[in-house]
Amino acid sequence: MSENGNGTIVEVNELVKKFGKLVAVNGVSFEVDSGEIFGFLGPNGAGKTTTIRMLCTLLRPTEGSARVAGYDIVNQPSGVRRSIGLVAEKLILYERLTALENLWFFGRMNHMATSDIRERSESWLKRLGMYEWRDKLAGTFSTGMKQRVNIARALLTEPSVMFLDEPTLGLDPQTTRAIRQFIKELAEAGVTVVLTTHEMAEAEALCDRISIIDQGNIVALDTDTNLKKLLSDDEGAVVDVEVEGMSDASEAACSGLECVSAVAEPEAGRLRVTASGKGAIGQIVDSIEQAGGVVKRMNTLEPNLEDVFLHLTGTEIRDEVSNNIPTGRPMHGRSAGKRVR
Amino acid sequence: MKRLMKRALDFLGDSGQVTKKDLKDFYRDRARIISFIIMPLFMMLLTGFIFPSQGSLKDVPVGILNLDKASPGQVSLSDQVISTLSSIQAEDSTKKVMIVKPVQNEATIKELIQRQDLSGAIIIPENFSNGLTKEHKQQTITIITDQSNPQISSILSTMLDKVFDSMGKKMSTIAIGSLIQPKLSDASMSALISPMAVESKGLVPGKPNYFQFVAPGVIAMVTMMAVMMGLAGSIAREKEQGTLDGILVAPVSRFSIIMGKTGAQTVRGLMQGAIVLILAMTFFHVKIYGNFLIMLAVIILGIFSFVGLGILVSAAVEEQETAMTIMMTVTFPMLFLSGAFFPIQQMPGFMQAISKCVPLTYEVQALRQVVVLGAGLGEVLKPLLILLGFGVVTLAISIPAFKRVVTR
Repeated sequence: MSENGNGTIVEVNELVKKFGKLVAVNGVSFEVDSGEIFGFLGPNGAGKTTTIRMLCTLLRPTEGSARVAGYDIVNQPSGVRRSIGLVAEKLILYERLTALENLWFFGRMNHMATSDIRERSESWLKRLGMYEWRDKLAGTFSTGMKQRVNIARALLTEPSVMFLDEPTLGLDPQTTRAIRQFIKELAEAGVTVVLTTHEMAEAEALCDRISIIDQGNIVALDTDTNLKKLLSDDEGAVVDVEVEGMSDASEAACSGLECVSAVAEPEAGRLRVTASGKGAIGQIVDSIEQAGGVVKRMNTLEPNLEDVFLHLTGTEIRDEVSNNIPTGRPMHGRSAGKRVR
Repeated sequence: MKRLMKRALDFLGDSGQVTKKDLKDFYRDRARIISFIIMPLFMMLLTGFIFPSQGSLKDVPVGILNLDKASPGQVSLSDQVISTLSSIQAEDSTKKVMIVKPVQNEATIKELIQRQDLSGAIIIPENFSNGLTKEHKQQTITIITDQSNPQISSILSTMLDKVFDSMGKKMSTIAIGSLIQPKLSDASMSALISPMAVESKGLVPGKPNYFQFVAPGVIAMVTMMAVMMGLAGSIAREKEQGTLDGILVAPVSRFSIIMGKTGAQTVRGLMQGAIVLILAMTFFHVKIYGNFLIMLAVIILGIFSFVGLGILVSAAVEEQETAMTIMMTVTFPMLFLSGAFFPIQQMPGFMQAISKCVPLTYEVQALRQVVVLGAGLGEVLKPLLILLGFGVVTLAISIPAFKRVVTR
């Protein structure tokens, strides 16, 4: 494992990636410590995958620089490649090769000794519960089984940094849980993990630090607890409001307030409002009542990561980029359709 | 030095792994295996049977408008002509070349050709028998051809020319024989009637056979299609499925990836070429007059010459479908321009000039020289060097392009 003396294993400086006119990553900088689980949280199209692909030497940055395991991603790509494992968004697995043949091929591509390939394939497949399927064609596996073999493939070279791009996307709950547990174990064993996700729960459950990324920019970077503090101190709050005679007008009035960054309607007659600034609560009550609703009860809630995300980006995490995530969002921006599922 | 050796060994090892993996992947894909065998088979049968050759004409419907009226008691020469025409045996068949159909007038000929019931017609003039035997006047037989089918027309008129010429000579022999006393020997008579005889002799034994001409073209075509389509398809497929990322994040050179892929497609192309060759030799009497190894060298150099183009397209394209469409667009004109099916000499000047820029032209030419004419290495050196040149230049452009594009 090669890393800098200060324990920083990934060092990113003002990284920019443009595809023609589209700015996919707009000058991100961060550091990842050795042995840490570092998460990118953001909607599709936020620039998570592009950032990871640059760090894996699959894309050339337009501007900026980065070092992974001490190697420069542009000038020393071979060093980077020898130090990393990649679980990309698409499975890196040949359907017409068996699980073992897949591992064998990628082991050979990484110039591993045959004895190492044999030993490690066996051990990783056993740990990931795929050993008994080793001689079956990958094409016959379920998505979850494929992802297990895919992870074994990425780990074959015993990389010091593992990049995982949406590792549990589209998997069943059992496999998701197993893979999350496995990622934790990896980090405990000293492997640095950089992962992307658009699922709050995943980021909350796994990551030591979370970097919230939106529109190609990192809008916040901290531990889960510290991120939530953004909303639980004097500056911000999440309140649950029970409204009698609630209408669209009361919701609209509420979200129209300067101090409100997000409004959700978790169930009929209830609003979950993320707000910041002094006197925010009073303003919320006033606006609802002016719109014809009566506030029956009001609680301050423990903010979750989703509230933080909405507060920072003013948008909801969506599955589709085509849902037109509002553009040019400032830190405390507001948007019309701030509805959380 | 040691490092260089290690790099070379790594390069070969990496390429070999990619080749092996690609072939394994291919071998396990039933649908692709089936089309892999069927494609050369089809090409072979199509080109072998569809393209006409003089020997293969049979049952061609030809109309006869016989305007000749022989005087009573006189031998009708036109009837003799008709019976000769209808008895010409087709080659390698029990069938006749022509089915002679009597026609009433010229208007009917036109109508029947328009309806494609006739492939041509012959008009025997009114005074045919009398004119020849009594008046000693030259008679003109008119051949009407179907311009919608130029190949059949030209074969038919060449054949009819020959038939009438030889019938005419026979008549002259009899007529002159009766005038000269004492009688001349048959040989002297032939010398008198047609002082010059022409004999065509091939460089190698055996009759010229369209298939012998086209087989090298089909082999070149099949290997080219296999490599170009295969290469672009396989790279685009790996890009689409995401597996290429797995290879790209491994510490292997981009060049070894592309060479490994080319290796696999070359093996496929050569196997398809072998299928064509075996079929051609077994069913179409194609014979290789030259050295087998030289032939193989020509094919491999041929593949080398267009692999760069394949890489260039693969680099530029993200999706398999687009790769295939572009490859089709590139390979089809090359195919027709290369002279694989039609002689380049038949093309107009500017097309001939374009065909000189297509590497396949030189491969087909060299293959034909070796297969049909038994040429040795010395005779095909020039086309081989040109192929080499094409390969070097296109690879020099395409490999850096590929490297650039895979890591945008």
